Amino acid sequence: MELRFTEEERAFRQEVRDFIDRNLPAATRERMESGRTPTKEMVVQWQRTLNARGWAVPHWPVEWGGTGWSPIRRFILQEEIQQTPAPQPLAFNTSMCGPVIIAFGTEAQKKRFLPRMANLDDWWCQGFSEPGAGSDLASLKCAAKRVGDHYVVNGQKTWTTLAQHADWIFLLVRTDPQAAKPQEGISFLLVDMKTPGITVRPIITIDGAHEVNEVFFDDVKVPVENLVGTENRGWDCAKFLLSNERTGQARVGASKERIRRLKLIASQAPGGGRPIIEDPRFRERLTEVEVQLKALEITTLRVLATEQKNLGQRKPNPASSILKIRGTELQQAISELFVLAAGPYGLAGAHPDADRRNEPEFVPDWAALAQPTYFNWRKQSIYGGSNEIQKNIMAKAFLGL
Amino acid sequence: MDFDLTEEQRLLQDSVGRLLADRYKFEQRKAYMKTPEGWSREMWTAYAELGLLALPFAEAEGGHGGGAEETMIVAEQMGRALTLEPWLPTVVLGGGFLRHGASAEQRRALVPRIAAGEMLLAFAHTEAQSRYDLHDVATAAKRDGAGWVLDGRKTVVLHGDSAHRLVVTARTGGGQRDRKGIGVFLVDAAAPGVSRRGFTAVDGHRAAEVTLEGVRVGPEAVLGDPEDGLPLVDRVVDEAIAALAAEAVGAMEAVHALTVEYLKTRRQFGRPIGSFQALQHRAAEMMVALEEARSMAMLGAMMAEEEDAVERRRQMRAVKLQVGRSAKYVGQQAIQLHGGIAMTMEYAAGHYFKRLTAIDMTFGDAEHHLDALAGAGGLISAAAA
Repeated sequence: MELRFTEEERAFRQEVRDFIDRNLPAATRERMESGRTPTKEMVVQWQRTLNARGWAVPHWPVEWGGTGWSPIRRFILQEEIQQTPAPQPLAFNTSMCGPVIIAFGTEAQKKRFLPRMANLDDWWCQGFSEPGAGSDLASLKCAAKRVGDHYVVNGQKTWTTLAQHADWIFLLVRTDPQAAKPQEGISFLLVDMKTPGITVRPIITIDGAHEVNEVFFDDVKVPVENLVGTENRGWDCAKFLLSNERTGQARVGASKERIRRLKLIASQAPGGGRPIIEDPRFRERLTEVEVQLKALEITTLRVLATEQKNLGQRKPNPASSILKIRGTELQQAISELFVLAAGPYGLAGAHPDADRRNEPEFVPDWAALAQPTYFNWRKQSIYGGSNEIQKNIMAKAFLGL
Repeated sequence: MDFDLTEEQRLLQDSVGRLLADRYKFEQRKAYMKTPEGWSREMWTAYAELGLLALPFAEAEGGHGGGAEETMIVAEQMGRALTLEPWLPTVVLGGGFLRHGASAEQRRALVPRIAAGEMLLAFAHTEAQSRYDLHDVATAAKRDGAGWVLDGRKTVVLHGDSAHRLVVTARTGGGQRDRKGIGVFLVDAAAPGVSRRGFTAVDGHRAAEVTLEGVRVGPEAVLGDPEDGLPLVDRVVDEAIAALAAEAVGAMEAVHALTVEYLKTRRQFGRPIGSFQALQHRAAEMMVALEEARSMAMLGAMMAEEEDAVERRRQMRAVKLQVGRSAKYVGQQAIQLHGGIAMTMEYAAGHYFKRLTAIDMTFGDAEHHLDALAGAGGLISAAAA
């Protein structure tokens, strides 16, 4: 047993840190340090910088731009990006759709889509959820009917994150409404967002931000070569994608960065005639989070070490549910502590993705963002398979209940 | 980064696991508890034969040269079986004081006897007023020629009733709560002036109240620096916390498995109660808590050997805090998911719960370490301004 990073791994961490320091634009770093989401241009610029270094898709096969690194090395890269903080490579491209195409796609699809995904030449979004298909994803209704060499798609997707930026969408559609089980009869399609018949309508969430959308499909023609894998076997792709999605949600590095920032803020923000960091209640709540984060960090490394041993297996690891549950709970708990630290200033909330033109100038940036971020982060225990769904998975896969 | 055990460590794990699976079933444990001593001399001999009593000592001194990982492995198995023998006081605590505080000569004299199962040790530290503060010591040590005279009362001394030697903390200088001026003494439990009153603690382990009245010890009784023994105490207690964390993980794992098994077999409303989602989620949450504790017990094993005392203490507080939180959750939910049956002395779940509760209260409960860790600035340092 050896829980310390090796010399080589520590040297690599330094190399990543130096690279980020040299190359990350100051404006991007400042925006993210304040707690705002980066702009589209910032995300694109940074992913291209990483891709030029060969670091945008380290977990992909080498022939498609990957690195052949161990999971631990990839963890270090990801953690350093999160800790800086810098934008992470767009998950829809690199962790969701990309790996599905690599695992299930044709050579032609790989050649056509993967390099552009890695370089963020195309921005992808995820068309899974529907108004009637949330946790029960397999009940989805958005239909694709085969007509000659096309599918014709009709229906609606919702909660489509950043569809307003997207060039492409990966879709789960029902291709066989007669199938015996709802999971059978679903297919995985790649759709150009410029195709006629697609309408994107913003949904404004409780923090005031435009992050998610409804996407409507009205007789949208999709060439059959954009089907990934076998028709009616799209559920295999979906399950594979969702389990990949979970491992990324622990976001230990991002939480560490937020805690560092919070400690700096709380050592200056007043609370009862002293900095709020000196308030025992505040301090203890923060410490509880730090300790749980430490446990999560080690658990994450344990899951990654298992992954390393089972390299090449496509089986999802149910331990990733633990990471999703605690990772999201801790991020939510941290957002609550920012609200506590902000106190009454928190009432003058800003929009996390907006510039601060209309906000009162007396409110510090971080305080104005505290409540919107708190509101926004309630989503974390809902998306990517709600935390209750994760517990169902654990009960079934681990405990045999 | 490597979370695997070595081949040798796996063998150790297997042999301890097999011994306890065979000779420490719940009914056997009940029988051990009913003996006058409250634990099993035969098992103690079996531990000696397996090398568990010599585990952490250097090979040159008659030990097996095991480190914190080996201690973790054994403690975890003992947690699964809920063993009652004085392994922690003798081998981890007493052994720790000998390893870090005794002279080579003393170790050569004592280690072979400990290894053979002939000598038991206990750590007489806690006092009525001290709660979990290791520096709060009122028991007095006064110079007496080359030696010392000890006077005071020690409370809840784990397995203090059966020990042959007591490791006693006493004040050689300064005030009751000063960090300097604490000495550590190795005292013969049969020495004139030592009186002991043994009792059974809530978890079935034995403990004792120990009174020291004009107990004379020679200069060779001093372990470490008589004016500054607290760093030694901190170090040994940190090692014990790592072992307790592993023991708790073993107990949590066993009681969680017991609970899941019960959910599959107990039927109500015409079906196994494990088919109800409310209970499934609880069982999943228990597993999250267990895995958090397991991760922290691994951290504990790593940090037990850390030379930087401040960093070691900081991390060990985090370990004890998480283990305390997890143990409470897993223990309470194990009872709740079982229902009435777990409320009885006849069923193992309640005994796991009691041991887990006792572990939290040994060397600082979760609240104690939370307070101390928060006061020390937590685990993560603030961002640069």
